Amino acid sequence: MLASRSWLSRPFRERSTQIFLGVLLAALAVVTLLNLIVPAGHPLHVSTYTVTLLGKYLSFALLAVALDLVWGYLGILSLGHGAFFALGGYAMGMYLMRQIGDRGVYGDPVLPDFMVFLDWDSLPWYWHGFDMAWFAFLMVLLAPGLLALVFGFLAFRSRVTGVYLSIITQALTFALMLAFFRNEMGFGGNNGLTDFKELLGFDLRSDATRLGLFLASGVALALGYVLCRAIVASKLGRVSVACRDAEARTRFIGYRVERVQLFVFVVSAMLAGVAGALYVPQVGIINPGEFSPIFSIEVVLWVALGGRGTLYGAVIGALVVNYAKTVFTGVMPEAWLFALGGLFVVVTVLLPKGVAGLLASLRRRRDDGAVETPAQGASS
Amino acid sequence: MNLLKEMASRDRVFDFMAPARSPVDVRHGPILYLEDVSVSFDGFRAINDLNLTIDDGELRCIIGPNGAGKTTMMDIITGKTRPDHGSVWFGSRHDLLTMSEPQIASLGIGRKFQKPTVFEALTVFENLELAMAADKRIWPTLTARLSGEARDRIDEVLVTIGLTAHRDRPAGILSHGQKQWLEIGMLLMQRPRLLLVDEPVAGMTEQEMERTAELLTGLAGKQSVVVVEHDMGFVRSIARTVTVLHQGSVLAEGSMDQVSSDPKVVEVYLGTESDNTEDARC
Repeated sequence: MLASRSWLSRPFRERSTQIFLGVLLAALAVVTLLNLIVPAGHPLHVSTYTVTLLGKYLSFALLAVALDLVWGYLGILSLGHGAFFALGGYAMGMYLMRQIGDRGVYGDPVLPDFMVFLDWDSLPWYWHGFDMAWFAFLMVLLAPGLLALVFGFLAFRSRVTGVYLSIITQALTFALMLAFFRNEMGFGGNNGLTDFKELLGFDLRSDATRLGLFLASGVALALGYVLCRAIVASKLGRVSVACRDAEARTRFIGYRVERVQLFVFVVSAMLAGVAGALYVPQVGIINPGEFSPIFSIEVVLWVALGGRGTLYGAVIGALVVNYAKTVFTGVMPEAWLFALGGLFVVVTVLLPKGVAGLLASLRRRRDDGAVETPAQGASS
Repeated sequence: MNLLKEMASRDRVFDFMAPARSPVDVRHGPILYLEDVSVSFDGFRAINDLNLTIDDGELRCIIGPNGAGKTTMMDIITGKTRPDHGSVWFGSRHDLLTMSEPQIASLGIGRKFQKPTVFEALTVFENLELAMAADKRIWPTLTARLSGEARDRIDEVLVTIGLTAHRDRPAGILSHGQKQWLEIGMLLMQRPRLLLVDEPVAGMTEQEMERTAELLTGLAGKQSVVVVEHDMGFVRSIARTVTVLHQGSVLAEGSMDQVSSDPKVVEVYLGTESDNTEDARC
């Protein structure tokens, strides 16, 4: 156990992680203070609406970090990470549905509204257990984890990589979207799950709960970041980079490449699931739209914009793009997709390594003339 | 069977600490022993009743015209190709024909391919670290910490391959020759008993060739080295014993001078190919 503690504690000794955690925690504290202390109406006041919006961004940032772990360090471009995000979200949504109890429109003590509407007389077997928080939270990890395990096992064992794997992940999320659209699946079909009341006994509409969810998203992002950093900075992280760059060679020196890929892929899927579980109570709804291929591709854009293979770049990308999206869709909604496309073109042409690459080259320019900095692992 | 597997894996865990490494029995002289080996592909006899013996600690060069069966011979030794008949022994205890590729590799036979492949994004040090003999399953790899001995071992190999100054540079910026040395270093990290080196100096500059010659002659003695090479000048500079392959079997064997004055050899190899090999250096 001592050894395992030490690989997890390694990121805390890294300067980049210290800076990241410092900035993130400071931002959380500032937003909390501006929300609680500064009176409403003051120009510096952060409204609860904004807090929830920021909480949503933070859960997206966690999803982006999860994607960067597999794309940036393992070379697996998943175009279906939204599927794991949505599965985590559905697990949370099912728990929240069961928490409604008899306060639904139809007042059934057990069945969620959409099942009463569909004339179902009992709960499908897979809805059992979701009235218990511990079970639901476990499922937030297990449902995406299991899907990733089965899918990854089959794909990596057959040595499917590169573009083909990307296409299959895209097909996976598309197939799940079609399945979840069906009413017979028992997940609310087209409308998804909504009308949530409370989470662990806290009223979801109260300001305090919303602030709590925002903070929880921030803490989850911090923990997820540290976990990914720990994996990346370990020998396994270097083996991942080796798999990314020269798979056959890695196999030749004795590593089981498909197991490395499977392990990292499953960890990433679970992180995506946690992100989805934090997203759902903040937006108040989960529907099959989260499975849509477009969403998964958007996640890839966040990571590409931020700079892949750095982890913090993924966070920057997710926050910047989603902030821009909020602003644009408010001011001129029809222009958003053009703006996103334009942003992507600009970054690919001018900043091939994303925002993180820009930051790194600025830092190098500042250090110019100083002693040659030791190369930092995977910098591509 | 389970016990055997367990023992095998445990043996590898402590591999880099224990001075006595692979349990290869070389008391009877040769470390590698090929007898009457034949293999044919679609009727073409790539290897034809080949007999070859490599002594422990020996540096052997193998030459021969294209299609003489040099690469096929390497494939048979490493388990990639199975011969139609014949026997291949590693020491006097291990029948290589009953073993799989990874088993043969873990027994201590390392092979360097023609084209150098190193992990370009990782530093030279990290390349060697990954190649080190260790428990390579997921959890041990995740929690692995570099021990003092391992660090010393890596530094030792860095000195051997002459890349100490490039320790913390990404392998991607190394020159072609340096990448070849790094790859030899990665083989050395696995503490092989026998190194199979395929055309090490292809595409190298004059100085790089000299460095490679030094490196390979320095390695012999501690481990056996088999070099397959086209460049006659290079072979002359390192070889003590040269084996000439022709049409899948041994045509001649002996010192470079003996071999190059052998009329059969001159006819099939030196005579016909001396025009396009750089004989100026011989």
